[in-house]
Amino acid sequence: MRTPFLKCALAIIAKDLRAEIRSRELLSVMALFALLSVLVFSFALELDRAARAEAVSGVLWVTLIFASLLGLNRSLAQESDQGNLDALLLAPVSRSAIFVGKFAGNALFTGIVGLVLLPLMTVLYGMNTLHTGVIVTTLVGILGFCSIGTLLATMTVRTRAREALLPIALLPVALPFLLTAVRATKGVLSGAPEWQVWLQLLAGITVIYLVLCLLLYGYVVEE
Amino acid sequence: MDDSAIIEVEKLSKAFGLLPVLQGLNFSIDRGEFVMLFGANGSGKSTLLRLLSGLSKPTAGAIRIGGWELPREALAVRAQIGLVAHRPLLYENLTASENLDFFGKLYGMKADERQERGRQLLQRVGLSRRAGSLVRTFSRGMKQRLSIARALLHQPDLLLLDEPYSGLDQAACDLLDELLLEAKEARRTIILSTHQLTRAPEIAVRALLLSDGKIVFDGIGDRRSLSDIYRDSARAQST
Repeated sequence: MRTPFLKCALAIIAKDLRAEIRSRELLSVMALFALLSVLVFSFALELDRAARAEAVSGVLWVTLIFASLLGLNRSLAQESDQGNLDALLLAPVSRSAIFVGKFAGNALFTGIVGLVLLPLMTVLYGMNTLHTGVIVTTLVGILGFCSIGTLLATMTVRTRAREALLPIALLPVALPFLLTAVRATKGVLSGAPEWQVWLQLLAGITVIYLVLCLLLYGYVVEE
Repeated sequence: MDDSAIIEVEKLSKAFGLLPVLQGLNFSIDRGEFVMLFGANGSGKSTLLRLLSGLSKPTAGAIRIGGWELPREALAVRAQIGLVAHRPLLYENLTASENLDFFGKLYGMKADERQERGRQLLQRVGLSRRAGSLVRTFSRGMKQRLSIARALLHQPDLLLLDEPYSGLDQAACDLLDELLLEAKEARRTIILSTHQLTRAPEIAVRALLLSDGKIVFDGIGDRRSLSDIYRDSARAQST
């Protein structure tokens, strides 16, 4: 007997949402970090308009990636600390469904932080970060980053130095997202037409990572 | 294969790196049997229960549960197993009834079935008045009772309990004894691990005694005879 894939994934998403609405452990920390980060960058980089256009996409993505790291660590720690990951693994469910459930929750929380961050950056940096191209790039980039992030956070969460280990493991693997996402965002903000090519590349990398993570999660999550 | 056996273990070994934890275990357990797994701390009881639940993979040897081989056919086995582990395996930011509902979904139970079974179990473990309370507000003993309800939720054929009495007060221990008796009467197979011989029943039960990762006793005994065997084993180990 195997519980249907979608039913299991939706149950995990609903559970994570309900727990987060109660505790606000993830979103509050991620949003606060993101807010402080863009503020610090805006004060530290006293830039003219041209330099700001160059820097703003980097600031956006560095902030999002570090905020997401905080969320990924906490999200998987909630499963691991009380042994709940074992409870999920004991159930007659596909490991891929567990991955999709956890990944969707992580992507949703990071997506909310991203959507809060964009108008804030418009105000602080004077750039139109609410452009549809930026919003789409942000959401696609978050999907890709959270897919590999969920996989690697599951690997590192059972180690003693998980807070340090996750960024060390994740940041090199996330470079393809960072590079393409920064290029696409920068392209949109500067009006360069090739941003769509970068966005397509980002979407392609996201699909590849997502499929790989779905296939690999079963091996990673079990002993 | 023996049709009456729900668990068959052959030459089972488990090592963590170079450290052997279980060495060449052989035993089988019949359907509906109640088995107590004794052993001092570090004797390999928890490791054996993790292997039987499919959460851990053996270094060598074979495990068959209900004729299915672990870990190769683990998916077929999972729905048959209920586990009470050292940790409660519960979500602190969900209520007691939400926890049971969530795990019911994972076991493919329908909404009305989840609701009814959850209500019955919460009542049975004495938590119906706290059904809407967050688990993080529960004491260790209350979490343990809810954990037992979670393990029984999908009516498993095989119940694995790892030190289930730890953290329970006398009333809760008596309640657990009642639940185990009910599960035994319902022909569920039960393996209960403990290092406390005081938890052994007055009446004779099958006992497996683990020492240094090996089974040093497999037989029927009551509290008194098992105490003697346990003491002799501990003495032999220390000399």
